[in-house]
Amino acid sequence: MRAVITVIGKDNVGILAKVSTICAEYNANVMDVTQSVLQDMFAMIMMVDISKMNSDFVVLGDKLKELGDTLGLSIHTMHEDIFNSMHRI
Amino acid sequence: MLNYNAYDILETIRMIQDECLDIRTITMGISLLDCIDSDIDRACEKVYEKITTKAKDLVKVGERIEKEYGIPIIHKRISVTPIAIVSAACKAKNPVKFALTLQKAADTCGVNFIGGYSALVQKGFSAGDVELINSIPEALSVTSNICSSVNVGSSKTGINMDAVAMMGKIIKQSAEITADNQCIGPAKLVVFCNAPEDNPFMAGAFHGTGEPDCVINVGVSGPGVVRSAIKKYPDASIDEIADIIKKTAFKITRMGQLVGSKASQMLGVPFGIVDLSLAPTPAVGDSVAHILEEIGLESCGTHGTTAALALLNDAVKKGGVMASSNVGGLSGAFIPVSEDAGMIDAVNCGALGIEKLEAMTAVCSVGLDMIVVPGDITPETISAIIADEAAIGMVNNKTTAVRLIPAIGKNVGETLEFGGLLGSGPVMNVNTKSPAKFISRGGRIPAPMHSIKN
Repeated sequence: MRAVITVIGKDNVGILAKVSTICAEYNANVMDVTQSVLQDMFAMIMMVDISKMNSDFVVLGDKLKELGDTLGLSIHTMHEDIFNSMHRI
Repeated sequence: MLNYNAYDILETIRMIQDECLDIRTITMGISLLDCIDSDIDRACEKVYEKITTKAKDLVKVGERIEKEYGIPIIHKRISVTPIAIVSAACKAKNPVKFALTLQKAADTCGVNFIGGYSALVQKGFSAGDVELINSIPEALSVTSNICSSVNVGSSKTGINMDAVAMMGKIIKQSAEITADNQCIGPAKLVVFCNAPEDNPFMAGAFHGTGEPDCVINVGVSGPGVVRSAIKKYPDASIDEIADIIKKTAFKITRMGQLVGSKASQMLGVPFGIVDLSLAPTPAVGDSVAHILEEIGLESCGTHGTTAALALLNDAVKKGGVMASSNVGGLSGAFIPVSEDAGMIDAVNCGALGIEKLEAMTAVCSVGLDMIVVPGDITPETISAIIADEAAIGMVNNKTTAVRLIPAIGKNVGETLEFGGLLGSGPVMNVNTKSPAKFISRGGRIPAPMHSIKN
């Protein structure tokens, strides 16, 4: 089971570190990270393994959203199934 | 390791965040056939017990899925067996008790609506039907989250003109007794021809008798997504537009399919259907009218609107069908006036009238939906509008519906404010020449020749 974390907003020092720290806290293993600049916006996409998490997946999403709010970034944590179903036939 | 490219992921997020993509509703259909009892109090107890048992986790599960997939689920709803069937055996003749019971169950479960205060009278009235229909105005005024529908015709049976005549009066009465509350009563009442039995959308949802005991149906909403997709191709030909809509509808519907199957799995209830309809909301950027305008019309309602809507409706179905294992409900494009910012603008600028809306209903999924009419409209005129709409449905083998709201004490140029998903509706002009003689004849319009298929 994997989830996709996306961070969209203005680039800043330490975003990756802060997001991965929270992932580590909940034992969500970061498997891959890509970064790109799209329409002047910084976008970071992380794929994390959520099968061995030590708490509910939803809690991780809430925590990351909170972080996003304090940093002025929009952080979404979504189960990979949604991308599978939308973009794969 | 990343199976998707960044573009795909960001596209999904943009759809949800900027283009109002959401799941409009997860609707749990619940059969009440095993709650029938000759004692109305006992029957109501059973109804309450069954709904609150089956749907106790519906809202919780919906909220869980919202968080897990990051996709908003706007409403959680319940549809039940048409109450006229359940109340038929009761010795007590006023079925409003059932409406109050449904309201209590809605409050307990925390759902937004329960639909099914309904009667199916396309060929005639059976026990319980007339009593239920007569009780609709009271039922809608003493409850807030209960929806009612009456099926007055079908392609197979023709149109029950006695029921059509009745419904004109019921709609007017329902507006009158809720006049101090924006005439909200008839906003929760739909008159159908060819009503589907697995529709997740309100106000017309009910749980048909051929359905399983309990089932999950899903309705999606994504007009904003379709519009943005078209906007990216200003010089595309019509075939290309159709293709763009198809691809977008596929993605939207896949999401509905995912949410529906997940909900059904979590609730331990079979998954019924995904309704492909693009349901608009009054929010800016979530309008079906704006899609038509993006295709190339200065304003929705001008000449060309019917053709553009036909194209949209067809492409949505073609894209959606492949995305879902089971498609059902209304599945098409909704064109409610008060719930769609673009439709409201089109009415206000004089581009869209009730006649054009009627023509549009011949090629879209539903009918004359959420249309506010002057408060002095006669019941016969309402009935005649219903008859016209039912005739379009009957002859074209499609669902049509009428949800008119007489704005008591108001006239053209004024507005009713419903709030929430129901939006606000400008009062629209109707033809005032009388159809009273036609409506007073009663009887039944025979089914069309092409209904005899066997």
